[in-house]
Amino acid sequence: MAQSAISVDAHHEHQHDTFKLLGFWIFLVTDCIIFACLFAVYAVLRTHTDGDLTGRELFEVKGFTAETFILLASSFTSGLASLAMHKGSKKQLLGWLAVTVLLGLSFVGLEITEFANMASEGAKITTNGFLSSFFTLVGTHGLHVSFGLIWMIGVMVQIGRHDIDSLTKEKVTIVGLYWHFLDVVWIFIFTVVYLLGVM
Amino acid sequence: MGEKAKGFFVTGDPLIYGADVSIIITLLGILIFLTYFKKWGWLWREWLTTVDHKKIGIMYLVSSLLMLFRGGVDALLMRMQLAMPNTHFLQSQHYNEIFTTHGTIMILFMAMPFMFALFNIVIPLQIGARDVAYPFLNAMSFWLFFFGALLFNLSFVIGGSPDAGWLSYPPLSELAGSPGPGQNFYIWGIQISGIGSLATGINFLVTILKMRAPGMKLMQMPLFTWSVLSSCITIIFAFPVLTVTLALLFVDRFFGAHIFTATGGGNPMMYVNLIWMWGHPEVYIVVLPAFGIYSEIVSTFSKKKIFGYKSMVFSMMIISVLGYFTWVHHFFTMGAGADVNTFFAITTMAIGIPTGVKIFNWLFTMFRGRITMTQPMLWTLAFIPCFLVGGATGVMLAAAPADYQYHNSYFLIAHFHQTLIGGVVFGYLAGLYYWWPKMFGFKLNDRIGKWAFWTWNIGFYVCFMPQYALGFMGMTRRVYTYGWDMGWAPYNMVSTVGAFLMGIGFVFQVWQILYSIKHGERDLTGDPWNGRTLEWSILSPAPHYNFAHLPAVKSDDAWWDMKNHRYGAAVQDNIKEYTPIHMPKNSGIPFLMSACWFVAGFGLTFEWIWMGVAGLAGVGICLLARSFQRNTDYYIPVDEIKRTEASLGRVV
Ligand code: HEM
Ligand SMILES: [Cu+2]
Repeated sequence: MAQSAISVDAHHEHQHDTFKLLGFWIFLVTDCIIFACLFAVYAVLRTHTDGDLTGRELFEVKGFTAETFILLASSFTSGLASLAMHKGSKKQLLGWLAVTVLLGLSFVGLEITEFANMASEGAKITTNGFLSSFFTLVGTHGLHVSFGLIWMIGVMVQIGRHDIDSLTKEKVTIVGLYWHFLDVVWIFIFTVVYLLGVM
Repeated sequence: MGEKAKGFFVTGDPLIYGADVSIIITLLGILIFLTYFKKWGWLWREWLTTVDHKKIGIMYLVSSLLMLFRGGVDALLMRMQLAMPNTHFLQSQHYNEIFTTHGTIMILFMAMPFMFALFNIVIPLQIGARDVAYPFLNAMSFWLFFFGALLFNLSFVIGGSPDAGWLSYPPLSELAGSPGPGQNFYIWGIQISGIGSLATGINFLVTILKMRAPGMKLMQMPLFTWSVLSSCITIIFAFPVLTVTLALLFVDRFFGAHIFTATGGGNPMMYVNLIWMWGHPEVYIVVLPAFGIYSEIVSTFSKKKIFGYKSMVFSMMIISVLGYFTWVHHFFTMGAGADVNTFFAITTMAIGIPTGVKIFNWLFTMFRGRITMTQPMLWTLAFIPCFLVGGATGVMLAAAPADYQYHNSYFLIAHFHQTLIGGVVFGYLAGLYYWWPKMFGFKLNDRIGKWAFWTWNIGFYVCFMPQYALGFMGMTRRVYTYGWDMGWAPYNMVSTVGAFLMGIGFVFQVWQILYSIKHGERDLTGDPWNGRTLEWSILSPAPHYNFAHLPAVKSDDAWWDMKNHRYGAAVQDNIKEYTPIHMPKNSGIPFLMSACWFVAGFGLTFEWIWMGVAGLAGVGICLLARSFQRNTDYYIPVDEIKRTEASLGRVV
């Protein structure tokens, strides 16, 4: 009797590890809803250009294609990072995370340039409903990516200090999940905003 | 006072000067008290940094009662203004501000924290857990709520209150319609506390799914736990919509965008749709846990298993799903077309079915039960007829063509107060009376409680029944005065009398609490009501690890079963060896981080960019600091468990 009860307690502690991942998945559901709303708002306001330029005239195919490939590549390298982690190679793990961060940085850089170019052509967030919703949707994604970059660098520093242990492992898994999620959201932005926009 | 300060502080109204003075005196009083009695360290260690769900629950409770007071004063001011025609007690602007803050505070800063108080105090105990899934996050949710509410309430004396209604429809809430900082207070106060609510939803969902006592199956969970589960699911799907909607309104106001504006290609109706996609589920978020409370109370005080357990669970799940598909009933008059209106009329009426099932189940549980008339039971009995009438008028409002008649009239005001007070507030009060001994170890005085109960209830009907009539007579909501020629005067006077009766009821309750702290009947058993669920199996107040041994659950109504059917085995369970208990450490980060949010919110409200950026940077630093922390928990040694259990009177 006593034996079994103790093992119940011990078992209970052990489960704590998996809670974080479950909670994070649920958080991603809520983030999904946030993006779903922003997409809906964009869909409603897409045509509300108030007589100004439309997406077809504003979006630059070269720019958003490059952004897409860079972000996809970064998702791939973050996958490689987690493979390296499971192999237990700290050097490779840090290396791939660094590549991911660099790719993420260049994505953000390109996006800022794109926004700045549009603004200089007079397409600002204040111009009309279409551009307001465009900048909000794409900008929110960009903010998410920037936040993810800071987070990933934080995780890298921790790996540097503590090596690969159960805590850092969990962190790499979660930040990786977040990164893939942002990639999926971008695929939707790419199709709904940019492809449908230039077509 | 310089010109700048004049714009900053709200001036010119004696009511507000009075409030300024009382705020300053209260603050000074608290500061002097804490310093004189050297309580700063205690405050920091025991409360500001705690991650104990029981203490967090108590802090939620105290805040929500304070907010009930503030919202109630707002309500009384409005009723005083409306008591007679052509009154000049409040100006129209002031009236607008007061109905806005009343509605917002009552729902977001009274009902929500009251509900979270009960989540925190009850859920871990009821499922036999030692804490919630994420204790640190739990503390953060509380402090986000606290600072959000603080920011919102600050608008009363600094900058000016929001005045565009509790849901702040654009274009009125846009920069052109509401240029001052008031509307920004609304956005940031709600946004900051809303993030906390969302986190609580996730936290308790995971807690219930993952931390139940060994052996407790989903279909053996107490009904309050089920109600919290359904409420959390609704929070998870609804609150992100609120976050987006407020953020978009902010983008419009701050960056000059055209998302909801009437000009430049914006679409104000989109805001109305979005905000109600949160707003309608929100009313189910707050009422579902109340349903759970009634179920616990009816079953305990009828000494019977709840009738139709499974149908109770299914009704709640159906309500939480259907609740997401009714939002358009708030604006049938938008002109969406007959097909859309029909769809939403039918979904709305359909919600009546599971709700009706629940009412019948409660009645059948009481049928032939041995009922004891305690205070929790009184409030539960008062709820049933009240909610029936509220539900019936709700179905009347759901009939889309008829709604064109009573939309935005006092008929609506009476309807939603009947469900919000009769359903939500009565439920939470019933829960408060029921679980009070568990929180504090003594019961609340019966005699004063009965006075409170009857004044509240009589006051309720006296206040709101005349409003149905006023609605039919053409009185619309949000009017600050009216003429003698309308014929509304007698009804309004009666209504105001009722409002004051409820106010007296609240005063009785405050007195009841103060009186019972001194003279209340102590409870040394931990099970004063002869309860059925696990929270009653431990002593009150619960030790900070809750259960020295995690209980082994074999059936529903677990504690009833242990007491009555397998007492020997349960005692056996309790005399086995203790093992060290794993607990989370206190942390100051939730408090500090939420304070940074407050700074950011304040800065953005006044568009002081430097302050907003500084606050957000502070938030980021707190997040990073937390991420770098490693030793966030510890073990309570066996000795300490033994000592605690012994001091509580448990044989070791
Ligand atoms: C304690 C008794 C209460 C009284 C006497 C009362 C009275 C009032 C009055 C006079 C109004 C304004 C009507 C108008 O001019 O349009 C109002 C509005 C409102 N009340 Fe209450 N109320 C009470 C409790 C509550 C509670 C408990 C809640 C929610 C949980 C609540 C939620 C609201 C909301 C959402 C509004 C609409 C605000 C708006 O129009 O923007 N009230 N109430
Ligand atoms: Cu509704």
